[in-house]
Amino acid sequence: MTEDVLCTFCGCLCDDLRVEVADGRVQKVRGACRLGASKIMGHDRIKTPMIREDGVLREATYDQACARAAQILLKAKRPVLYGWASTSCEADRKGILLAEEVGGVMDTTATVCHGPSILGIEEKGLAGATLGQVKNRADLIIFWGCNPAEAHPRHALRYSSNACGRFTPEGRSGRKVMVVDVRETRSAKNADKFLRLIPGTDYEVISAMRMILGGKADVVPETVAGLPKTQLVETVEIMKNARFGVIFFGLGMTHSRGRYKNVDNALSLVAELNAFTKFVVMAMRGHYNVAGIGQVMACASGYPMSVDYSRGAPYFNPGETTICDLLNRKEADAALVIAADPASNFPRSTVEALAEVPVIQIDPFENPTTLLADVVIPSAIAGVEAEGTAYRMDGMCLRLRKLVDSEFPSDEAILQRIIDNVRRLRA
Amino acid sequence: MISGRTLNQGASTEAKMGLAFGEETSTCALSEDDLSVMGLSGGGNVLIASPFGREVLRIRADKGLPSGMVFIPMGPWANSLVGPDTYGCGMPNYKGVEVEVTPTKEPVKNIRELFAALQRI
Repeated sequence: MTEDVLCTFCGCLCDDLRVEVADGRVQKVRGACRLGASKIMGHDRIKTPMIREDGVLREATYDQACARAAQILLKAKRPVLYGWASTSCEADRKGILLAEEVGGVMDTTATVCHGPSILGIEEKGLAGATLGQVKNRADLIIFWGCNPAEAHPRHALRYSSNACGRFTPEGRSGRKVMVVDVRETRSAKNADKFLRLIPGTDYEVISAMRMILGGKADVVPETVAGLPKTQLVETVEIMKNARFGVIFFGLGMTHSRGRYKNVDNALSLVAELNAFTKFVVMAMRGHYNVAGIGQVMACASGYPMSVDYSRGAPYFNPGETTICDLLNRKEADAALVIAADPASNFPRSTVEALAEVPVIQIDPFENPTTLLADVVIPSAIAGVEAEGTAYRMDGMCLRLRKLVDSEFPSDEAILQRIIDNVRRLRA
Repeated sequence: MISGRTLNQGASTEAKMGLAFGEETSTCALSEDDLSVMGLSGGGNVLIASPFGREVLRIRADKGLPSGMVFIPMGPWANSLVGPDTYGCGMPNYKGVEVEVTPTKEPVKNIRELFAALQRI
């Protein structure tokens, strides 16, 4: 039994799993949620590299597939390299090097996830904390536009509403839990208070709360986006009277009308609450290392995502260098997709644009992007078959372990082979 | 229409070509009242149309949803209804898409059928 294994599914990056390995295979996973167990136990793998010829994916060697990938990237004028959130920081670093070599755009899954949150954080700054601080100190937990019961199943027990910490020994019974959402989710059923929003009204509601907090309740209308003012006044009082409060926000806030401005406003609310008490805010990051690729990109380029290396110096402009916009404008003329599935996760018309350009896929598993791919390169699963570094949603850096040997090379090794081919072909 | 993570969607997300992922992400949730109004309390399929696309989905009731809202687990069926505009910030409108929901006898596609038109040939 291997102890203290990291889970490579969501941004909780739980580090307390026990994994039973025998005969070179993972036999059992203990302590994981359904999402994590499913990931670590594995599924049907892509068995061999493939190159599409006459419309059919045919088996190839790693040498052939990496050479073909390099040819595609070198031939393209505007290649985009996308994904990066479900692999290690070491692979991410190789990706940036490859993007620099081919003058491509390096974009991450954050662009269709918490990308707007990052923009909001850049504008406003963030009163943050680690999940350990939240576990040990927070007596008020607010989940805004997120549903950890289904998206981060162990969050409540390990880090937030139900966790027992040093100064929170009573766990759930010693805390107040609020959920703000447009629907009554499973998480809402665990809450003391549920505020139901009309979709797309986050900004209005946060603004009203800021006015109440700032002593201007008299000019707030009797109802705000369908919510009675009395309920908002009561909510603000609960927030002011907390010893240590936290807002965890999810895609309900960033995917809705207002996007990064919603986040900007929520960060301002939290900053202003600190005039009364200790209050922090955190994005509920989805992929286990989406925080990590943000860190690596920021370290390498100064920008968190969507970095254009075609100008000789890093350039970042959301709406211009973001992958959906590059595809929508028919600007991208090749794509390398790693540890991601844009065919499932982008709007249909954007997927149609992706289907018109050569696609290289690096992934352990087949998914709809495989159906569009011209080159498919199977890789080892980071955190199960390859070690590396990952960042938890609160920015905590943790080490992924290799649990079993694999016949597949790591993402990092595959990217290095593509870089070698790019340099060889260019020479 | 709003889209988002569900436990079943997450647990099958690394096996997207399998049955479980396709069944979960092609099943939309509606309030019991809305299902009753459409005469679908006993089950059935619906055709969901937005300005950007239309797809047939299975249904399930969700007591947590208000009337007039449809929830679809994130995936290719939901994204068939999402528009491409990112409003200058890189991200399309995955939540808050205006859709029309009507009962239908049409069958739900499987995931390969959904991508058949886009598959490289």
